[in-house]
Amino acid sequence: MSLPLSPQDWFDLFVHFAFLSLMGIGGAITTAPEMHRYLVTEKNWLTDSSFSSSIALAQSAPGPNVLFIALMGWQVGINAGGGLSAGAPAWWLGLLGVVLTMLGIMLPSSILTYKATKWAHVNRDLTSVQAFKSGMAPIVIGLLVSTGWLLSAAHRDFSQDWKIWLVTAVAAGVMLRTSIHMMWLIAAGGILGAAGLL
Amino acid sequence: MSSEAQESRHPQSKTELFLVFTFLALQGFGGVLTVVQRELVERRKWMTKVQFVEEWSVAQVMPGPNVVNLCLMIGGKYFGVAGALAAVGGLICGPLVLVLGLAILFGGVADNAVAQGALKGMGAVAAGLVIATGLKLGTSLPKNPMGLWTAIPFAVISFACVGIFRWPLPWVLLGLGSLACLIAYRALKQLPSRLDAKTSPDQEAS
Repeated sequence: MSLPLSPQDWFDLFVHFAFLSLMGIGGAITTAPEMHRYLVTEKNWLTDSSFSSSIALAQSAPGPNVLFIALMGWQVGINAGGGLSAGAPAWWLGLLGVVLTMLGIMLPSSILTYKATKWAHVNRDLTSVQAFKSGMAPIVIGLLVSTGWLLSAAHRDFSQDWKIWLVTAVAAGVMLRTSIHMMWLIAAGGILGAAGLL
Repeated sequence: MSSEAQESRHPQSKTELFLVFTFLALQGFGGVLTVVQRELVERRKWMTKVQFVEEWSVAQVMPGPNVVNLCLMIGGKYFGVAGALAAVGGLICGPLVLVLGLAILFGGVADNAVAQGALKGMGAVAAGLVIATGLKLGTSLPKNPMGLWTAIPFAVISFACVGIFRWPLPWVLLGLGSLACLIAYRALKQLPSRLDAKTSPDQEAS
């Protein structure tokens, strides 16, 4: 698949992600449906399967989940250059895609967050600033637990999925009770899963 | 309470920030937040639980990738813009190289049954780690100026709204968040000595 992109297209790609950066309250992944609409449906820059595999790969690899966007940018660039086998030109376009999408998704929100943090720091003695921090604390704690809950609740069939729930519960228990390195727990989960036990 | 904060240590340089965040990010299978909490709060003691929850509240409410926001706030607190860049650079660069390498080597390996199984198992553990991190941070709630018995219902309701009823996050943050902030505001106003509620003696000022 070879889809040459004009400079205007590259600019649009950046602007679109910069816009999504400011829309993504609760994380970049919340804007994934809009990315799909733009990249796959409207522009045809990515196939459906490379869109999904970008998300799957970024979530399976270590690092922040936002890297799924870098993978999408990479894939757009590689496609524009005529595929991985086209050699250096495609690779450079892939890197261009990574840089533009990642700068787009991070720059506007980062500037905003940085400015807001500075402001809150200067005004840290204001009751309203303290009230915000204290008021939001229980809410974000509840949200954190719900994030973990939603990850497990994707498995609904209890007769089959009780083993997955058990693994989640044991992992949570071990993490709460001991200071064992988390990598061991993740590795153990990966081994159980790879052996087909889950 | 303040003795806990006074013991808190600092990163010595931007290089240290960069390396620490690279190290954190490379351990973050299924999300970096749990690792950041454990390393920076429990191991390195750069901040207390209460401070961590405060930073995370801001990172969560602001748009954009949450963990990026969190890291730039932490980096910025110690070394300004350069610190923010060092922390975010550490968070992104190492994992980016790794993930691109994986994409080039095994573009389609995620379809393989063994890999799928491994991902399922790792995902189940990661879910447990996130839940445990939430519960651990919950132990900071007794220090909340709203009082424990107001704070706990807010945590439970926000869990139910998003986890059980699947309401969109921005509305939960806005609706429930403004109510909680209002109650916290009134509680802080009524507090005879606000110093008791202030859990973050400022490091830069000292």
